[in-house]
Amino acid sequence: MGYTLQFGAIWASFDKLMSGLAIGLGLAIAAVAIGTCFGLLAAFASVGLSRIGRMIVTCYVMVIRNLPLLVLVLLVYFALPQAGIRLDKYESFIGALALYSGAYLTEVFRAGLTAVPKGVVEAARAIGLTRIQTNVFVTAPIMLRNALPSLGNTFIGMFKDSSIAAAIAIPELTFQARKINVDTFRVVETWIVASGLYIAACFAIASLLRRLERRFPKF
Amino acid sequence: MENVQPLLEIRGLHKHFGSVEVLKGVDLTLRRGEVVSIIGSSGSGKTTLLRCVNLLEEFQDGDIVLDGETIGYSIVNGRRHRLRDRELSRQRSMTGMVFQSFNLFPHLTAAGNVMLGLRKVRRFGKEEARSIAERWLSRVGLASRSDHYPSQLSGGQQQRVAIARALAMDPKLVLLDEVTSALDPELVQEVLNTVKGIADDGATLLIVTHEMRFARDVSHRVVFMDQGQVVEDAPPAEIFGNSRSQRLAEFLRNTRT
Repeated sequence: MGYTLQFGAIWASFDKLMSGLAIGLGLAIAAVAIGTCFGLLAAFASVGLSRIGRMIVTCYVMVIRNLPLLVLVLLVYFALPQAGIRLDKYESFIGALALYSGAYLTEVFRAGLTAVPKGVVEAARAIGLTRIQTNVFVTAPIMLRNALPSLGNTFIGMFKDSSIAAAIAIPELTFQARKINVDTFRVVETWIVASGLYIAACFAIASLLRRLERRFPKF
Repeated sequence: MENVQPLLEIRGLHKHFGSVEVLKGVDLTLRRGEVVSIIGSSGSGKTTLLRCVNLLEEFQDGDIVLDGETIGYSIVNGRRHRLRDRELSRQRSMTGMVFQSFNLFPHLTAAGNVMLGLRKVRRFGKEEARSIAERWLSRVGLASRSDHYPSQLSGGQQQRVAIARALAMDPKLVLLDEVTSALDPELVQEVLNTVKGIADDGATLLIVTHEMRFARDVSHRVVFMDQGQVVEDAPPAEIFGNSRSQRLAEFLRNTRT
């Protein structure tokens, strides 16, 4: 006997899926915002003068990139309270995803940094900009423009990774879909709709970033 | 001469990269308003010398005195110490540098390139920096290009923006490092004319160049360097006339086209 698709029960809970999508986006935006700060600091430290700084960055990237995100999320969620740091599940997930995205963004920014022409940096120094001014007004903007395309990929990846938050019962899209699944037994329909929402959201993020890319002057 | 003290005095400059000695005790003096060209084959240390004056390179021995101030190093208890970044930056802002490969800031317009130093180093307000930048861009013949990005400009135009960027800072001394070597032949003259105009305005210039005719026309003195040393230092008529050293004669014979 064939399976007849019936979406009625899904549409009835569509608002829950949408609120789940919003939560997922919110988690990703918060995590990426913090992760971008980590990534920028780490990338500059990784090409900086301090040997200790470079070592810390190497360890950070190595550890995080060799950990599955799910494990990192569970570790932060369960281990930090034992260390006396009380976070709610949202804070703990954002923290974990920020750490995780920070490591990947470090690599993205580092690649962008190494593509900044050495002569341009020297020109900045030659007119008398200090090292910090050179980083802020010359190196960073060029690096960001270089990194923009791969930055987009990372952002989309982080949004998709927000589905992992379901593992600690954050009511984002995947969590809601699973719940509707259990309530209605419309397994295929639920996951079709959830997939459609993920695809639509990622597509929207991608085109937004492409618009941003076009607004910057080509070098 | 109303100024007895030279603007730039280089004494016994030594520089090595690892075990390779690039500068072996260079002495050179520039008076205010003087235009001096350095010629010599590649590897003779010309560019490195400029980069030492602009403090882009460290050097191991000798002094560089710019307008009475010893730059790059301080002597504490008989030991040389490289100055801190803030001091080095301040001293760098006293000299302007124009590079062989332009090195414009690709994310800023022509005006933005000229304004950055004016705003962040000279601390001019936005309006004032803008008007100084516009003035210099029109001085190098690019008034209509001030809102163009470097990628929208020809090589010659980019180099003229770079010249405007260096001169807008009102440096005591301008260093020009083979500023036409990366240009297509038909663009060389526009840049040389710009440099000539600045020289005529009384700027103090130290020029590394392979353009022998230009060196002869624009310079008060021409310095010939070979293997990290100054071999000749004389007015152009003497250098290009009956040259005294055999090495210079050989070099000129090889560069004559």
